[in-house]
Amino acid sequence: MKEYNLEEHSIVKITDEVEISSTDLQVYYGNDHAIFDASLEFPKNQITSLIGASGSGKSTYLRCLNRMNEKIARVDGKIMYQGTDINASGVNVYEVRKQIGMVFQRPNPFAKSIRENIQFALKSNGIHDKHVLEERLESSLKEAALWDEVKDELDKSALELSGGQQQRLCIARSVAMRPQILLLDEPASALDPISTSKIEDTLDELKSHYTIIIVTHNMSQATRISNYTAFFHLGHIVEYDKTKNIFMNPSMPATSDYISGAFG
Amino acid sequence: MNPKRINNIATAVIYGLVGIVVLILLFLIGYILFNGVPDISWKFLTTPAQAFSAGGGIRDQLFNSLYLLVLTLLISFPIALGSGIYLAEYAPDNWFTNLIRTTIEVLSSLPSVVVGLFGYLFLVIQLHLSFSILSGAIALTFFNLPLLTRSIEESLNSVSDLQKQAGMSLGLSDWRTITRIILPVGLPGILTGVILSAGRVFGEAAALIYTAGQSAPIVNYANWNIFDPSSFLNPMRPAETLAVHIWKVNTESVTPDAHLISSASSAVLIIVILIFNLSARFIGNWLYKKMTATR
Ligand SMILES: Nc1ncnc2c1ncn2[C@@H]1O[C@H](COP(=O)(O)OP(=O)(O)OP(=O)(O)O)[C@@H](O)[C@H]1O
Ligand SMILES: [Mg+2]
Repeated sequence: MKEYNLEEHSIVKITDEVEISSTDLQVYYGNDHAIFDASLEFPKNQITSLIGASGSGKSTYLRCLNRMNEKIARVDGKIMYQGTDINASGVNVYEVRKQIGMVFQRPNPFAKSIRENIQFALKSNGIHDKHVLEERLESSLKEAALWDEVKDELDKSALELSGGQQQRLCIARSVAMRPQILLLDEPASALDPISTSKIEDTLDELKSHYTIIIVTHNMSQATRISNYTAFFHLGHIVEYDKTKNIFMNPSMPATSDYISGAFG
Repeated sequence: MNPKRINNIATAVIYGLVGIVVLILLFLIGYILFNGVPDISWKFLTTPAQAFSAGGGIRDQLFNSLYLLVLTLLISFPIALGSGIYLAEYAPDNWFTNLIRTTIEVLSSLPSVVVGLFGYLFLVIQLHLSFSILSGAIALTFFNLPLLTRSIEESLNSVSDLQKQAGMSLGLSDWRTITRIILPVGLPGILTGVILSAGRVFGEAAALIYTAGQSAPIVNYANWNIFDPSSFLNPMRPAETLAVHIWKVNTESVTPDAHLISSASSAVLIIVILIFNLSARFIGNWLYKKMTATR
């Protein structure tokens, strides 16, 4: 692999309203330093892509943002969200995760009915009003563009849905919690092109209400859907800018090599 | 030799070995059923045993076996469930956890005679529990706990980590994720483990001879007061089980129809265990469908 100077980076300060930001974030798996000095600002109600080679730390970084690295890795540094450092030790991680939802690479619906998939976490949070539950069920399935396909069989097992439908169900399940931020880790990588484009359309719709941060290996996907893009390399954020700048006019050699496929 | 030939030979050998196992099993079960089933009658199942004359039944032994099984599961299941959940979901990967696992392994390979003698010395003598259903149930708990804990742990571990992550990412507590998301998915496996262990417990004799005792006093099946010594539910009374009965009839019985009784009892024992095993599959599948809402 080509050597790049990892001390050099080009990270823009965004001009839009910031929803969440990390400052000097370090992540350690035991003694392995996996993320170095990650400082990024994410714009509210826009889509940000995280790109980079396998093992560059995209998932690791993403998981910090809603404290999913708890018990797996040590995370030092600040993550500011709504005026508080949610990486601080006293913070209620369950509350953080309710506000910052996450969708994973492999669809992971609960082994329950479609209805229960959406409503289980709501009930766990004390919402028992039938009307509210049904309204959330319908609205979140609509937001995830799944409603028309499943509205007649809501009591069917989620496991009987196709992979693409399951993934949209997982998005709906997160959305039903009415979070502020959605984190998605390669949500479409296990799906066919049609399901993928449905998910992309869904995300495009969702961004008017949610701040979306998505890890993707698919560069054209990043170009199509995201406003900002961060390029990760060996645990360092090498470049962060508006998506069109990253892809049309990258300022770091590592970035331009990566997007032109001349990497390594 | 070419790979295809090697493959054919290996397949033939494997089929042969499987065939031998199946034949031995079929022969054993067939032999027991063939010799015993003709002598099973409603009367045999519902009359008490006779010490000296022919025509005795197995009413009390059959009931004792079932009652002991229920008590054993009542004691061992909650403990095994708790340990299984701890080991599968909470236990850190360190020397202490390894120690627990090793202990469980050792315990599970303990011969049941040893468990029985330990039960005799500790429960019957030391704790003055005398020969009783309770002593038997506790001894069987020692015998049952390791395998049950293991099967529960394995059932929970077989549930994908993705399910746990899903629960976490929605802000659910670990406990709720485990009990409401992971446990239901693992439940069919757990239930299968419980029923299979029930079969083992039901057929166990060695651990019971010196704990639950070898006598089946006449009890009153209409007396529901568990503290009354004559009540069929009293856990402090001695209770010869079916498996112990078979052993005893074969070794020291003086009834003229001892052979008939032991054959028929063995057949009953095998049939009950077969029922356990078949229902384990059946109920497991049914429960899985119910839990996951699949059809
Ligand atoms: N649970 C873990 N324990 C130890 N090391 C880990 C763990 N998860 C990730 N790592 C290490 O951290 C580094 C970054 O991994 P990460 O999964 O964040 O990469 P990624 O950019 O998401 O890769 P991919 O595109 O393949 O998903 C890798 O070197 C990886 O080996
Ligand atoms: Mg990843």
